[in-house]
Amino acid sequence: MGRQILLEHINVPGINTFDVYRKHGGYASVEKALKTMTPDEVTEEVKKSGLRGRGGAGFPAGMKWSFLDRKSEKPRYLVCNADESEPGTFKDRYLMERIPHVLIEGMITSSYALGAKTSYIYVRGEYMYVIRILEQAIQEAYAKGFLGKNILGTDYSLDLYVQPGGGAYICGEETALLESLEGKRGNPRLKPPFPAVAGLYASPTVVNNVETIAAVCSIVNLGGDEYAKIGIGKSTGTKLISASGHINKPGVYEIELGLPVEEFIYSDQYCGGIWKGRKMKAVVAGGSSVPILPTELILKTAKGEPRLMTYESLSDGGFVSGTMLGSGGFIVMDETSCIVRNLWTFTRFYHHESCGQCSPCREGTGWMEKVLHRIEHGHGHEGDIDLLVDVAKKIEGNTICPLGDAAAWPVASAIRHFREEFEYHVRYPEKVKNPKHFELEPFVPASALATV
Amino acid sequence: MAKVTIDGIEVEVADGTTILNAARQIGGEVVPPAMCYYSTLKDTGGKCRVCLVKVTQGSAKDPRPMPKLVASCRTPVMDGMVVQNITSPEVLEARKGVVEFLLLNHPLDCPVCDQAGECDLQNLSYEHGVGKTRYEEDRRTFEKIDIGDKIKLHMTRCILCYRCTFVADQLTNERVHGVLNRGDASEISTYIEKAVDNDFSGNMIDVCPVGALTDKTFRFKSRVWFTKPLDAHRNCDKCCGKVVLWTKGDDVLRVSARKDQFNEVKEYICNECRYDHKDMKDWTVEGPRHIDRHSVISQNHYEKIDMQKLKLDIDRQLTFQKGKQLPETTNS
Amino acid sequence: MSKVEFSPDTLALAQRIIKRYPEGRQKSALLPLLHVAQAEFDGWLSPETMDYVASLLNIKPIEVYEVASFYTMYNLKPVGKCLIEVCRTGPCWLRGADDIVEHFEKKLGIKEGETTADGVFTLKTVECLGSCGTAPMLQCGSDYYENLTTEKVDTLIEKLRASGNRSTYMKSNMQEL
Repeated sequence: MGRQILLEHINVPGINTFDVYRKHGGYASVEKALKTMTPDEVTEEVKKSGLRGRGGAGFPAGMKWSFLDRKSEKPRYLVCNADESEPGTFKDRYLMERIPHVLIEGMITSSYALGAKTSYIYVRGEYMYVIRILEQAIQEAYAKGFLGKNILGTDYSLDLYVQPGGGAYICGEETALLESLEGKRGNPRLKPPFPAVAGLYASPTVVNNVETIAAVCSIVNLGGDEYAKIGIGKSTGTKLISASGHINKPGVYEIELGLPVEEFIYSDQYCGGIWKGRKMKAVVAGGSSVPILPTELILKTAKGEPRLMTYESLSDGGFVSGTMLGSGGFIVMDETSCIVRNLWTFTRFYHHESCGQCSPCREGTGWMEKVLHRIEHGHGHEGDIDLLVDVAKKIEGNTICPLGDAAAWPVASAIRHFREEFEYHVRYPEKVKNPKHFELEPFVPASALATV
Repeated sequence: MAKVTIDGIEVEVADGTTILNAARQIGGEVVPPAMCYYSTLKDTGGKCRVCLVKVTQGSAKDPRPMPKLVASCRTPVMDGMVVQNITSPEVLEARKGVVEFLLLNHPLDCPVCDQAGECDLQNLSYEHGVGKTRYEEDRRTFEKIDIGDKIKLHMTRCILCYRCTFVADQLTNERVHGVLNRGDASEISTYIEKAVDNDFSGNMIDVCPVGALTDKTFRFKSRVWFTKPLDAHRNCDKCCGKVVLWTKGDDVLRVSARKDQFNEVKEYICNECRYDHKDMKDWTVEGPRHIDRHSVISQNHYEKIDMQKLKLDIDRQLTFQKGKQLPETTNS
Repeated sequence: MSKVEFSPDTLALAQRIIKRYPEGRQKSALLPLLHVAQAEFDGWLSPETMDYVASLLNIKPIEVYEVASFYTMYNLKPVGKCLIEVCRTGPCWLRGADDIVEHFEKKLGIKEGETTADGVFTLKTVECLGSCGTAPMLQCGSDYYENLTTEKVDTLIEKLRASGNRSTYMKSNMQEL
């Protein structure tokens, strides 16, 4: 197994408590940063580390920090995005549940770097039991002098609160999250202004994912340069991958970026291969929003090079033959899965989660869901497939926030790589009436069937 | 000041001006349509996406193009910015898509809708829509409800521009209606039965771009093009008192605020002027309201045609059409 | 109907929550307070409850309705004592969520979206709950039930029926949230 940083002590009994966590080197980054470094020096280390946002977009975290308006007279805020809702992603929940203090440590160190005096962790409301775990950990940290006034006897003071969401995927979009934290509907804001200038309460704000903030601890401890040595090229460090679907060992794995995809899927250290001795059909590598790839393209790039778990390698080939690392939600489908039905569930999800503010997403997501429902249930017709491609194209890039793109990409990519399966549904409606059609009778490309 | 070029026409505007407002200063065909933005209501815009334009050069300092189409109503110009609106096939294609989305759940009940003839969505569809729908599914439906004793809400027709909620926030003392639910189930509502009742609530009718909010005192009285609009005023201690009287013979069928060439109210009126003075004697009539020649409302026009101006108008249109790359029609 | 009002303990909790935000930003407490209110008043938010929360935060009632109707966790209609929410999005579907829903429907004699006649169970299907690695799964109150099988569903139904308690996202003995 590769290097473990975030999950190094995951199996230590009691690691969820302050004392055990502290005994295993916990809160060292707070001591180091507050006592020996200036806030700008901490930011500099994060920049040097090459850490990229772990929420899905992969934007360099240090650069995001450097955009923060430090000249403003207003208070600054750090808000942790723990609204983990992207289908296929459950790594933040795992981390917060098992090692809550790593997030709290990261919040303190990062807040210090950004000059925030009050910080919030916005957790999706459904994770209420995780919220309780975090609340308890925060109380411990206050009691031990790591939160509150004059932390470790320094001038630095910080208050940290957990905020529950109310059930809305869209609040994972950072400006919708800020709206929600202000007690409003989760409608994404129009940008500019960006949160770095006018975020929470119109003050300069940085919003970072749970895993990004947790990674700051080891970056400060190791030093940015040392952290950057882990991984490959611009994909530095380790990444938590949430593995689900038709594999033998679903779960959260910490990988060193650069691990070959094939090893991740088939090695017993990770997914342990495909369940029930079946063959793999497709993979959604970075959460439901990223393009789906068939087996041949997820294992190797179009150029025939082995595909690696890095931002660059997964996106090699662009949207024609590549995908994205995204949030690291790795969903594997075996040969009996129906690509159309899986896509229908994804599209139903985006339809359900669209905030309804802008017209292409509000109307387009519902339209795509209805057409896919028809196709999957044997009521589709030939023109529907091109219609879906066109509707997806008219949503993509034309919405206020990335939810529109996230809804469009899965549709476009599924049809791009599995068009024959859609045609099969349209041409042989009787064969898809049973929801488990491909378990009963494996998919045969329509072209082959037509010549029988 | 900032210099910006829109569809090849250069204009100098104050810093902070949006692309849409810069285009409005040029006027004519380069002005993007707007269904949710409203110049006299703060924070409106950005939602409907019909005003999307392409920025091919960000500014003189940073000439990189913007990666996506942007909402012109909410994007400020930069000095040296170059924008394409109707000269970009990509923009026209996207706009056509947005219009299709806006019409997807719209009932297309224009024949029985009071807004017909003065409806922004009707005009927009005429310009950018296609003749046939690709939508086979059932349309969303809602019950018609009264919000207050003077306003009827047809939620089926609403395009969720949010303008009426901004009116309530910015012109009245208490907002009792808002946007409920989410996604395509969103609706304008008071949630529990509550009357929208205060001195300026009637302006919600005027800002509504479609027939979702209509004046109950005018409903089904007349098609708007059979009325004769007159500019008139009265001394009012609550508002400017400057209105349009929509008349038939000596009867005042409706009173509304005055709208500019972009169909926006600049000076709002109070409910007393709107509802309680349906008598010609209450008003000082200034003369016939100028109605754009292209509008259906001018069909029984009584304004003397300025032949000189008409000729100029036609010439301008012809020159423009020659240079304009027309979008492919997709009526099939 | 009795007057809608928090118990003294809950009111104190509400006041502590409101203090988490800067002066003048008390509206930020709206989402947490709606959770608290829902736990206090039978698992759903009546218009009276929402008006009460509005008064605590000094905001307009419509601001509460707008928010409560936006988020899926707030029930605007009464629900059964045990709200069973089965995840059905892609990863859960891949591992048999449909069978779980079907089994619930058969066992409880209701369809998805309905409540049993005795008011004990409401069955709902929901979108991704972030538990894809332990699919299929469901949420009831604040508890996650994972790696479900039809046998586990049977045991769970019995357990919930026997407890007779209302499952809420918030526990009554909560210290903070």
